[in-house]
Amino acid sequence: MEVKLNLISKERLEKMSTMEKLRMILDEVKSGKIVVLESGLTPEEEAKLIEMTMLEIDHENFVGIEVESYPQKTSSLFGKLLGKKGGRLMVIGPANRLKTLEKREDIIEALIRG
Amino acid sequence: MSIVLKIKRSFSSLFKLFRRKNKLRIGIYGPPNAGKTTLANRILLDWVGDVMGSVSEVPHETRRAKLREGVKIEANGKTITIDIVDTPGLATKIDFHEFLRYGLSEEEAKRRAKEATEGVIEAIKWLDDLDGVILVMDSTEDPFTQVNITIVGNIEARKLPLIIVANKIDLPNASPARIKSAFPQHTVVPISALKGLNMDTFYRVLAEKFG
Ligand SMILES: Nc1nc2c(ncn2[C@@H]2O[C@H](COP(=O)(O)OP(=O)(O)OP(=O)(O)O)[C@@H](O)[C@H]2O)c(=O)[nH]1
Ligand SMILES: [Mg+2]
Repeated sequence: MEVKLNLISKERLEKMSTMEKLRMILDEVKSGKIVVLESGLTPEEEAKLIEMTMLEIDHENFVGIEVESYPQKTSSLFGKLLGKKGGRLMVIGPANRLKTLEKREDIIEALIRG
Repeated sequence: MSIVLKIKRSFSSLFKLFRRKNKLRIGIYGPPNAGKTTLANRILLDWVGDVMGSVSEVPHETRRAKLREGVKIEANGKTITIDIVDTPGLATKIDFHEFLRYGLSEEEAKRRAKEATEGVIEAIKWLDDLDGVILVMDSTEDPFTQVNITIVGNIEARKLPLIIVANKIDLPNASPARIKSAFPQHTVVPISALKGLNMDTFYRVLAEKFG
């Protein structure tokens, strides 16, 4: 079976509000796609995404999500001054398709089922 | 922003400041099965003489947050009084099939799964009402999970004091060192909540961090 992959650029993400991003992610993931975000979510957005996921689990077709990301780098003073925010690369998929094999500080190994 | 809203905001932050001074509300967080309730029970047993809630090898045993107020703990020659919130285990997925393996009927498993999703939401909501967090991890498992990363990120963003507990060190394959190297910027205390190992150190760190 085929698996669709959506790669979303940083530019695109920066134009979206939190709710737009989370809605887009959940809609894609619920339709079986894997979403790759060039610049990931903030910790608060991640928590919100988990909340929304919990509300939408139906115990039949959708049992939740699997998320792969790296911890936030401790932001430098310079970065703070520039008002930079937003996380690092992030991959989100339906829990029954995307499975984490191994996660380390600097490398993530995952499996995608068709 | 309207004046009314502004006043309301400054009042609520004043209120928070006030509460912070008098009451310390500490949340116990972590993935399902890490031993959060076992730790809460251990703390209550040591200082109050009763228990917080039921413990089980079946994940998502705690599905409603539980608050216990005014727990007095003595360490380092001082006494701190804290409110403890035992929260439901956080997860990004909940599949009722997993519960069938523990012998639950399909109906029970589905109900447990539904309640578990509500519990996760409740646990996340509690994050906004806390003065500190104890994050419990199972030392026999890989600490680099998304749930742990998300919890740590949220605690850092909210600037809350954090203690990471490396639980289950009584088990032969436990590796608290792996947790330390995964979160080097945070305090990690290896314990066994079940056997009561290293609890003195835990209480000392608790008094230092939150006192
Ligand atoms: N060997 C060992 N087992 C432990 C320890 N702490 C907890 N356990 C066991 O781990 C299982 C889960 O414990 P709980 O305290 O229910 O875990 P929890 O984090 O509250 O789990 P949820 O409420 O489902 O999120 C139970 O079988 C406990 O007996 C420990 O220090 N050592
Ligand atoms: Mg529990």
